[in-house]
Amino acid sequence: MPNNVSALQLLLTADPTLLAIIRLSLLVSFAAVILGGLIGVPLGAGVALTRFAGREVVIVVLNALMGLPPVVVGLAVYLLLSRSGPLGSWGLLFTPQAMIIAQTILVAPIIAALTRQTIEDLWTEYRDELAAMDVGPLARIATLIWDGRFSLVTALLAGFGRAAAEVGAILIVGGNIDGFTRTMTTAIALETSKGDLPLAIGLGVVLVAIVILVNAAAWGLRRAGERFAG
Amino acid sequence: MRAPVTDLPIVLEDVSFVAGGVTIVERISLVLAAGSPTVLIGPNGAGKTTLLRLIMGLVPPTHGRVTWGGREDVAPTHRAMVFQRPTMLRRSAGGNIRHALAAAGVPRAKRKARAGELCALVGLDGLSDRPARKLSGGEQHRLALARALAKEPQVLLLDEPTASLDPAATKAIEDVIRAVVARGIKVVMSTHDLHEAKRLAGEIVLLHRGRVIESGPADAFFCAPRSEDARRFITGELLV
Repeated sequence: MPNNVSALQLLLTADPTLLAIIRLSLLVSFAAVILGGLIGVPLGAGVALTRFAGREVVIVVLNALMGLPPVVVGLAVYLLLSRSGPLGSWGLLFTPQAMIIAQTILVAPIIAALTRQTIEDLWTEYRDELAAMDVGPLARIATLIWDGRFSLVTALLAGFGRAAAEVGAILIVGGNIDGFTRTMTTAIALETSKGDLPLAIGLGVVLVAIVILVNAAAWGLRRAGERFAG
Repeated sequence: MRAPVTDLPIVLEDVSFVAGGVTIVERISLVLAAGSPTVLIGPNGAGKTTLLRLIMGLVPPTHGRVTWGGREDVAPTHRAMVFQRPTMLRRSAGGNIRHALAAAGVPRAKRKARAGELCALVGLDGLSDRPARKLSGGEQHRLALARALAKEPQVLLLDEPTASLDPAATKAIEDVIRAVVARGIKVVMSTHDLHEAKRLAGEIVLLHRGRVIESGPADAFFCAPRSEDARRFITGELLV
């Protein structure tokens, strides 16, 4: 990217480097939300519907993990994936995959904790009805996840917000390599420290616009769905 | 080949239910056998709902025992219950019925046709695609009935199925109940509406303050009540 060009020019001319940064940012964040959802939704629903020793501890830990510091997660994943680490042979450090792993770890607890709350509230409403229908434990989880689907969108959005805004973890495990692991947030951090404020601001505007768009789309989906399913 | 299992008769032996130090059901012994509907009547707070929940097996008795066809701890495979305020799943009316069919183990390929039959039985044909929570109160009750019938129960428990419904909706529900009885399904229902009890009951159980005041064939109960409380209840005096 040439240095003296404004962010607006880069956007209007569909600068390939800039587009690649935006594309990678979205890929990493959405992949982390999908993986985090696949882990967090069943986990949260499972905790909501099962009674086991230490359940309260699990709930407190899940809630606490929502505030997991990204740099700590980045450091942990870095240690795991570094050449001498236990998973070093995978060769994933400083790749987009490593960034997805780190963000999944950040996002999954948020989705799990919010899912647990949603499903538990729904469960008090559905308990007798599902017991009378003789619905088995796994089918109960499936029923409540499906019936809570519109509220669960909010949990996924919270996860997406975390992933899209996050810089510490992906900077450590991705390395902010130009054209390979550079995302909007890591680029903003770099350009700001380099003093290229127009580019940093331009990227910031794009990032905020994307987050608003995603939330608006989810909101529309939820409203349309609620109109149908009540 | 296993002998066909049945949940009938349902026998309550000296059953009490205590919650939070309050005795809601007190030492009730009752036999519910196949045949005409058993109607539980009594004022609000008499213990009708709790008794139905005990009969369904949703709550264990604090004291005494409940057996279904001579067995204890029987999963509600052959019993169904419609609650006073049924919870509609956040799906279409047809989706609600198909969910109940799935829970009853009906194979996926047969669910659509069965759901259509059940919709027709309760008079909801044409409303299958409507969101269940957007249906009227009477329609929701009929949908709950269809859902309960999905498992082809031997026993159907109904908790005040027509409370808060207008006469037309009440008639629609009562017509479905008669159709269900005609299929040989044992109906056990509660009501505080004496006229409804007269219209539907084969047997009457009068509850007051958690106890059975009187029980027996409906004709005898209404013509010649044995107890003073029953006589007062029938003549419309307030039991308090």
